[in-house]
Amino acid sequence: MNVKFVIGRYATDREVAGELGPPFPLPYADKPRKTYQTFDLDLPDEAMVLDGLIHIREYEDESLCVRCSCRCAICGSCAMWINGHAKLACTTKLRDVVQDGSVQIEAPPSVGAVRDLVWDQKQFWDKMRSVKPWLEGKQPVPRNEEYRVPNEAMDELVQEISCISCGACLLDCESFAVNPDFVGPHALARAYRYAADPRDAITDQRLKEYSEPNGVWDCTHCFECVQVCPKGVAPLDQILKIRRMAVDAGYTHNAGTRHADAFAESVRESGRLNELTLMPKSVGLFNLVGQLQSLPSAFNLLRAGKLPPIIHHKVPNWQRIKNIFKRIGGRFAR
Amino acid sequence: MKVAFWPGCVSKGACPELYVSTRKVCEALGVELRELYEASCTGAGVLSEQNPALADSLNGMTLAMAEREGADLMTICSTCQGVLSAHNHHFQKDPQRLAKANEVLAESGFHYGGTTKVKHLLWILVEDVGLDAIRPLIQRRLTGLKVAPFYGCYILRPEEYLGIKERPERKTYLEQIISMLGAEPVEYLGKSKCCGFPMVTMNRDASLTMGGNHMLEAKSKGADLLVTPCPLCHLNLDAQQPDAARVMKTKIDVPIFHLPQLLGLAFGFSPEELRLDHHVVSTSKALEKVELKV
Repeated sequence: MNVKFVIGRYATDREVAGELGPPFPLPYADKPRKTYQTFDLDLPDEAMVLDGLIHIREYEDESLCVRCSCRCAICGSCAMWINGHAKLACTTKLRDVVQDGSVQIEAPPSVGAVRDLVWDQKQFWDKMRSVKPWLEGKQPVPRNEEYRVPNEAMDELVQEISCISCGACLLDCESFAVNPDFVGPHALARAYRYAADPRDAITDQRLKEYSEPNGVWDCTHCFECVQVCPKGVAPLDQILKIRRMAVDAGYTHNAGTRHADAFAESVRESGRLNELTLMPKSVGLFNLVGQLQSLPSAFNLLRAGKLPPIIHHKVPNWQRIKNIFKRIGGRFAR
Repeated sequence: MKVAFWPGCVSKGACPELYVSTRKVCEALGVELRELYEASCTGAGVLSEQNPALADSLNGMTLAMAEREGADLMTICSTCQGVLSAHNHHFQKDPQRLAKANEVLAESGFHYGGTTKVKHLLWILVEDVGLDAIRPLIQRRLTGLKVAPFYGCYILRPEEYLGIKERPERKTYLEQIISMLGAEPVEYLGKSKCCGFPMVTMNRDASLTMGGNHMLEAKSKGADLLVTPCPLCHLNLDAQQPDAARVMKTKIDVPIFHLPQLLGLAFGFSPEELRLDHHVVSTSKALEKVELKV
């Protein structure tokens, strides 16, 4: 199979400063920090993307930097952008990603690179550390035995425990791409693993911290992390579980909870969404700055003749829907 | 063909042009719409995340209504599609979960047997009506227009819920339709990314930057307009575009079309009939390219 590899190559700081000479020949030394270099390869049909990258490094250009180790999706080293989406190079079949005879591989701009395809993991680990990814054991420590937990309690955590810290979810996280301060799907999935562990002593403090700005409510719910995770961790599902735990624990003073409450109220009382009241209620009725910020959009809608009807229509037989709310109970039932 | 039609809240609220153009296009295609007037809002994922049992029952009722009609359930909103597909998937995988929802629904006289197929208009166009049957309806080819597809998240992910593993070509239907209508599809990374709408109340600047980035990327690749199968994407990309431009500190000025509006133009409807004059971002420059005015 003939494939054109288009590789995003980043120079290191020292290379940019001209401090490094041979043995690393730099095809792009006089170019900007990131350039694309192409390699035309003939590879077996069953080749993985990583096979191609190793081939380049061994036979075409020894200066290509690639991070890889186990070659079987255990070590989590080789996550990278393949045609603009994060994948492990070792388990991605080349023939599944080649488009019109070529494949583009690079570190995503949201993280930058140390060099070439070795993307910079600093933010990944800083974020991971920020959620306290360890157990604060309940006191007193049981004497002469271990902490005991029922098997069922662990079943709930198994999904996250499969995480290999490859970073694919962060590389494709759309919230992180526009807000570098967002804690990120990898860290929040790990956060759930500890918050939901019955041995943890600081669950309440965790839920409070995770509910703060740049925490669980800053996830845009795009399912990218669920889609790209090679281990089925489904970080978004774990984030939603934290949201639920935090609301149940009373951490409700945030736009996310106000939005959910206003949404539920509207569906409960009419069977459908009342767009006219949802926005102001989510922003917070006493949040004057927020209200003013959303005014121009409302004005634009009005001018285009798109403002939702002032009198909100209920769906026929809406009481049926209200009864379902009552029957299920919980926070939204009122 | 006959479908049970769930228009969603937004097409009857802030995007009435979507509802109007869907009706027109479906009539032209001979797709009979049996609208589910009594169905509940899907909860847009917000109710599912906080109270899964509640969302199971509300969406179970909609699925049961469609089952009663004996037809596939058609959505015109990626978000409705995503939520209904997710609950339908859970019901099929977990009979206990379906039984619990049915227990609640019994009070209202409903029972969901688990047989409804949920399909977005986009899928129905390609899979049921078929491009070969649509082609003869084209009266005005959109030659010269460069159209950037914008799918929105919930019609693409998670693939497991949306049958995309079985039918990966569902990720290319917008491009197929754009080409069929005589326009040129624009290839860009943002086409499968998030418009930012779900977090607009939580982090306004991040949300608007998200949408802004994708629109500017499409524009840099020459797009005259974006077309989307999701009215929530439409809200963030069209209604919020002036604000997004402010956040991005640059002009954006890219009109956003609903999927049936683009089809409707090719079918010969006037821009006014499709309410293309009721957008926040003017559609006139794009329409001029096919010699139309609003």
